Amino acid sequence: MSDGAVLTRQVAVIAERSVRRTFRQPAAIVPAIVFPIMLLFVTAGGLRAAESLPGFPDVSYFDFALAVTFMQGAIFATGGAGTDLATDIESGFLNRLSLTPMRGSAVILGQLGGAIVLGVFQATCYLAAGFIGGATIATGVGGVLAIYALVVLMAIGFGAIGVAAALRSGNGEVVQGLFPILFVLLFLSTINLPLELIPVDWFRWAATVNPITYLVDAVRSLIITGWDAQTLLVGFAIAGAIAVLGIAASAAALRGRLQRT
Amino acid sequence: MTRIWLTAVVGIGVRQTNALLKNPALLFPSLLFPLLFFAAFAGGLSELVRIPGFDYAPGYTSFQYVFVLFQSSMFGGIFVGFAVARDFENGFARRLMLAVPHRSAIPAGYAFAAMIRAAITIAFVTVVGLVAGVQLVGSAVDIVLLFVLALLSNLLGSLWALGIALRFQSLSATPLMQVPFFVLLFLAPVYVPLDLLTGWIADIAAVNPVTFLFEAGRALLAGEPGPLAAAWLVVIVGGIVMGAWTLLGLRAAETR
Repeated sequence: MSDGAVLTRQVAVIAERSVRRTFRQPAAIVPAIVFPIMLLFVTAGGLRAAESLPGFPDVSYFDFALAVTFMQGAIFATGGAGTDLATDIESGFLNRLSLTPMRGSAVILGQLGGAIVLGVFQATCYLAAGFIGGATIATGVGGVLAIYALVVLMAIGFGAIGVAAALRSGNGEVVQGLFPILFVLLFLSTINLPLELIPVDWFRWAATVNPITYLVDAVRSLIITGWDAQTLLVGFAIAGAIAVLGIAASAAALRGRLQRT
Repeated sequence: MTRIWLTAVVGIGVRQTNALLKNPALLFPSLLFPLLFFAAFAGGLSELVRIPGFDYAPGYTSFQYVFVLFQSSMFGGIFVGFAVARDFENGFARRLMLAVPHRSAIPAGYAFAAMIRAAITIAFVTVVGLVAGVQLVGSAVDIVLLFVLALLSNLLGSLWALGIALRFQSLSATPLMQVPFFVLLFLAPVYVPLDLLTGWIADIAAVNPVTFLFEAGRALLAGEPGPLAAAWLVVIVGGIVMGAWTLLGLRAAETR
């Protein structure tokens, strides 16, 4: 067996374990599906009046808000991938695994594989909820595929942040502690109104420098605008950068942990 | 008997409050989340005042302040349910049930602690709100009544969460404590006044008890007439129902 084939097999084993484990924990997966959908319907109902604001896109608020669910799903990916790995560290499973021929990179990539599967499953549920709520995707089937591509990239990026936190701290509570921070970033973005309609200076500045804004805008453009090359390019670039930085941080944290053990 | 009961209530309340103040991980979320909502809604959605028919005189920051006040107060109550569940998991609550002369002092003590926590959060949110531009247009009596309503809504949250914690005695039941109140809060007029809601959410908001708290609170802040009687009815009837829910939960805990 070649090196590549061995690594692929190891990644598949860890990913399968991660997926099985996630789907065996209803308490972990149900909120990640239900909470964003519930917020979508409630926020879209409560903010429907915003459609009459001058400058608001010529779409329903429900269509406008649908993109936010994918971002919330990505944040849940951070907790999911990281918490499971932290549990493995706390229980000593990772230490035992390090005595086997399993490669460290397979552990990271396998966990991220699990996050990708969960992310795709979540995205399918969000899209189904969107269609049930009457949403239309301006970019059609191609746009749906682009949304999935962005979701995969975001699941890798945010999942890797969770994995890095788990490897560095070995503590599930630290991983869970990332959730409020990411939630703050989510709320300080353009989730509720377009940037042009945010009149408060400090908030507009925060939303402008917040990478979440560009991820939300990229998904949103596919749903309500059509093919907007610049918005998509920026969105994919930021998602890719988060993924690269997250994986690099995970690899560094894994090296440190293995040296300590 | 009453004196011993009160001593137990105060003892539990002080213990919980000490635990809260000595542990930033417990105090921080109850201060962070209201601020987050306040910043996100008052900062990010202030353009909504331009919607035709939005005529709340004190402005959008004040409009959102009332939501944040009730949200933080209710969740300050709900968080105490986490503490009770944790105390059951580590065995402390069982020992407490053997120690107190009358067990109703246990939920009363935790509810007392929740109210102290809510008072801290309300003070914090109010200071931040005033700095951010909240206008207290109502009279001093109106503002005091607003705070009393907020504190009583804290009692509703704590009694609900205590009832859950006493029945399930596990931290895994915390979503059951939070989600119903979260849904009730967001099915009320959070972003715009009731008159500007349309569709299914308008129908639900019209009968949602939390709507009366928000509308009354905003009216008190603005010094305008509002559904005050309905709001008092909500806290009184809600308090009786939730009190019964908690006491039945205590009975269930005693028989386990």
